[in-house]
Amino acid sequence: MSIEVRVPTVLRTHTDGEKRVTVEGATLAEAIDDLEARYPGLGDRLRDDEGNLARFVNVYVNDEDVRFLGGQQTELADGDQIAILPAVAGG
Amino acid sequence: MTRAEIHGRLDLDRDTWDEIVAHARSDFPFEVCGLLAGRDGQIEQIYRVPNAARSMTYYSMDPQAMLHAFNDMDDHDLELIAIYHSHTHTEAFPSPTDVELATYPDAAYLICSLQHDEPHLRAFDIVDGRITERLVHLDGEPVTDPAADPA
Repeated sequence: MSIEVRVPTVLRTHTDGEKRVTVEGATLAEAIDDLEARYPGLGDRLRDDEGNLARFVNVYVNDEDVRFLGGQQTELADGDQIAILPAVAGG
Repeated sequence: MTRAEIHGRLDLDRDTWDEIVAHARSDFPFEVCGLLAGRDGQIEQIYRVPNAARSMTYYSMDPQAMLHAFNDMDDHDLELIAIYHSHTHTEAFPSPTDVELATYPDAAYLICSLQHDEPHLRAFDIVDGRITERLVHLDGEPVTDPAADPA
């Protein structure tokens, strides 16, 4: 199962500058694990210390915010696309 | 007025400036936010992004609208130049929350203050908790502080 991940500029230090990388996984959790295995540090940016999705990083599957899908349990199909964007917030 | 060490500049043309001010005023007293993208430091595109928090003291970009903006930049080979937001009751200087939540070290953080009658725009780099200022230039001329800012 091949999943494309769009990597934002700010996280491309983990991917040698690559904008798009490919991972495997039947769920988002597996895809993040695979991302971490292939690009150490990158998968960890998406989770907090308890392993939950990090609060200030947006993760999308096929342009849908995964908070409104199944979170890390979101099922993935071949050809799905994951996008990652650090949240933009402030006061 | 709070000051920071000055490093570099941010160039805005009159249309971009007016658009940001108009956006900031459009939802007063709530904070608004958006993205500026372009090439080689020249702004070509403004994206208004809804403030999902719709607050007077906090902004949080709507995730869906933000993704669409970033995808559009990708499709048109534009790079993110600045992230803007308004301060409706305080000066155009990063708040502690702005510093804590700054996650785009390559982008300028542009703040439009509506604290006084005359809008005041200042730009900053916020990297690892450290603030430096980029002098805003409007149509090539450095922007001076409006006299209305006695703080």
